[in-house]
Amino acid sequence: MAKAIKNNTIKLKFDSARNLAPAPESKSAATIKDRYELFINGEFQKPLSKKYFASINPATEEKLSEVAEANTADVNKAVEAARTAYEKVWKKTSPKERAKYIYRIARMVQERARELAIIETLDGGKPIRESRDFDVPTAANHFFYYAGWADKLEYAFPNRNAQPLGVAGQIIPWNFPLLMAAWKIAPALATGNTVVLKPAEGTPLTALKLAEIIQEADLPPGVVNIITGAGETGAAIVNHPDINKIAFTGSTNVGKIIQKAIAGTNKKATLELGGKAANIIFEDAPIDQAVEGVINGIFFNQGHVCCAGSRLFVQESVAKVVIQKLKDRMESLIVGDPMDKNTDIGAINSKEQLGIINNYLAIGQKEGAEMYQSSCAIPKKGYFCRPTIFTGVAQSSRIAQEEIFGPVLTIQTFRTEDEVIEKANNTPFGLSAGVWTDKGSKIFNMTTKLRAGVVWANTYNKFDPTSPFGGYKESGYGREGGLHGLSAYVDIV
Amino acid sequence: MVVTKSIPDFSLSPHIDQVGVEERAKRFTTRSIKNETKINGLKLALNMIDLTTLEGKDTDGKVKQLCYKAQHLHDAYPGLPTVAAVCVYPSMVKVAKKALGNSGIKVASVSTAFPSGQAPRDVKIRDTKFAVSEGADEIDMVISRGKFHMGEYNFVYDEIAAVKEACGNARLKVILETGELVTYDKVRRASDIAMYAGADFIKTSTGKISPAATMPVTLVMLEAIRDFYYKTGKKIAMKPAGGISKAKLALHYLVMLNEVLGEEWMNNEWFRFGASSLANDILMQLMKQKTGVYQSADYFSVD
Repeated sequence: MAKAIKNNTIKLKFDSARNLAPAPESKSAATIKDRYELFINGEFQKPLSKKYFASINPATEEKLSEVAEANTADVNKAVEAARTAYEKVWKKTSPKERAKYIYRIARMVQERARELAIIETLDGGKPIRESRDFDVPTAANHFFYYAGWADKLEYAFPNRNAQPLGVAGQIIPWNFPLLMAAWKIAPALATGNTVVLKPAEGTPLTALKLAEIIQEADLPPGVVNIITGAGETGAAIVNHPDINKIAFTGSTNVGKIIQKAIAGTNKKATLELGGKAANIIFEDAPIDQAVEGVINGIFFNQGHVCCAGSRLFVQESVAKVVIQKLKDRMESLIVGDPMDKNTDIGAINSKEQLGIINNYLAIGQKEGAEMYQSSCAIPKKGYFCRPTIFTGVAQSSRIAQEEIFGPVLTIQTFRTEDEVIEKANNTPFGLSAGVWTDKGSKIFNMTTKLRAGVVWANTYNKFDPTSPFGGYKESGYGREGGLHGLSAYVDIV
Repeated sequence: MVVTKSIPDFSLSPHIDQVGVEERAKRFTTRSIKNETKINGLKLALNMIDLTTLEGKDTDGKVKQLCYKAQHLHDAYPGLPTVAAVCVYPSMVKVAKKALGNSGIKVASVSTAFPSGQAPRDVKIRDTKFAVSEGADEIDMVISRGKFHMGEYNFVYDEIAAVKEACGNARLKVILETGELVTYDKVRRASDIAMYAGADFIKTSTGKISPAATMPVTLVMLEAIRDFYYKTGKKIAMKPAGGISKAKLALHYLVMLNEVLGEEWMNNEWFRFGASSLANDILMQLMKQKTGVYQSADYFSVD
């Protein structure tokens, strides 16, 4: 043979998903003021407390802005504004007019989606992919959905007369700041209530952006009031005598405190609290999709999700392959700068939460469970945690019993359907669960026996404004979303 | 002693959840590929192309021109890689082989009564042997979809094994024609059959049936390759074909390949694009990255 044949195979660096060139979203597309006041009676007002606190970007530990801290006097002012707006304006506003305002807010949220997504990510640490593709669009959808109900309440409650409750005090958590505000505000307005809303102290900025939108939308002053502060501000709302309803999403401990505080009053309440959801994989499940569902179930929003699928139950015959595939998939997750469009797992929301998670990691190891973390590098600055799974976990392990609220999954195996139902229900919580099997009859059997408010079959963490959401047992009571979400805000007479 | 590999019951191949696999495939498309990664990805994709002409009206002249293009994709951009292979009918193998010389570009030939595969087995074997004797480095065979739908997995398996034997040293690509299999469950089952029967590559489509390659179908096949690798330690290559004509889509496929099988598969030994118009779109994007402006399509040769 004459000439040697060339090798035409090239190898170029596209080698690791983690080495992708940076693709950062631009901060300049959002405006964050240096200081935010309280939004009361349609205006941004300086707090009577004269105090402010900082909101931190958990990915860089830098201060983003400072926000007012509402004291009891400020809360009184906000409730008074809400009461006046209710009696003088909103109660008398025709349902159709109410709908118009809510539609307007929905459209403005959509128009400013990019800005809201950027601020959500800067303030809370969640990846821009999620705030852009999930938080903001779903928030807009909730406004659209409930706007549609405003003038159709007679169909929602046929042959009954649904009357608004009055002033709703709403306290929301730091994991989905804008979305939770939408979940709370939209049905309250649609049913004719006025609102005093307090975002979490760690992530107040998108709620305050929403206040700007509400102001621009020309909603009558006082119909929505947004005040910032920590636990004491929340307590002042809960204890205020002129509030008719408390809607709270947050920890089970605070939920219990609220429950005690409103006992013996006429206040209505819906509480959406913690969870420790079972995600159950049977041997006949579509394994690759189940693994993806488990990944989304626990690592979505760094695991800061009350309905996170934090307890994985795998049928023993497929446990080995499932765990192998989980580890493979974890290796392809990109952990890092939340503003990078390729980031899958962003920053832990706060230093305090990172401490809680790390403490549970230590407990898990001490309990003898085997810990596996993805090998990725994590940024030196900011609060980050590698995606983590624990195998060899027992039902009596603390990491399998207590809500960790981080990217930490416990894995237990099971043999029979009855066994897994018993173990899945053996928890004080009951917010959600997941079932993975190719067999329809098994799905129906499981969904009727699992004591959880939401049961997903062959999928996980799917949300829609038309679908009710809420818990059993210590995961709270009342339903948000869908038709059920309306009844939490009306008196049926 | 002869060690026999145990052949699994293919009716027990894993099931695929349609909603789940489509959702996962979509997620790859949200990866944002920029700057150096983009340029590397585009060059890599060029190097993975099986430049294809499979028409009844193919002539020596057409094939020769295509082979020149395979070696000189766009001389205005120095340092570009060549494509991986030129894919032709068996009767054109000799022409292509000569035109490609020692460039390193492989000659791939379709065979086994491509594209329908509706011929007796001895015809398929002769078709394959002819292509190999003419100098084909790679054989792209089609499976008997009719028999597959009838549940005659042994027939399909034996046929692939027989063609593999006829290939000698040529690498065998097994075309499942996923557009005719329709469900993901069947794509997975056919992938398993092909790999256990001796395929070197599994390939989605002939390009003659719509739909051809899609990301979810390719994902199902990549996952089958991964499972096979874990079970047997043997690497199988992948070739999506048909319907991939844009550079951006090719990058999405690379992201998917990278995240499912990893960097060992990120070269043209283990991954190919069966495409003809993809090359020009990639060239256009590369020129855009280089010059900052898009050039007219007339600046890129059409073959």
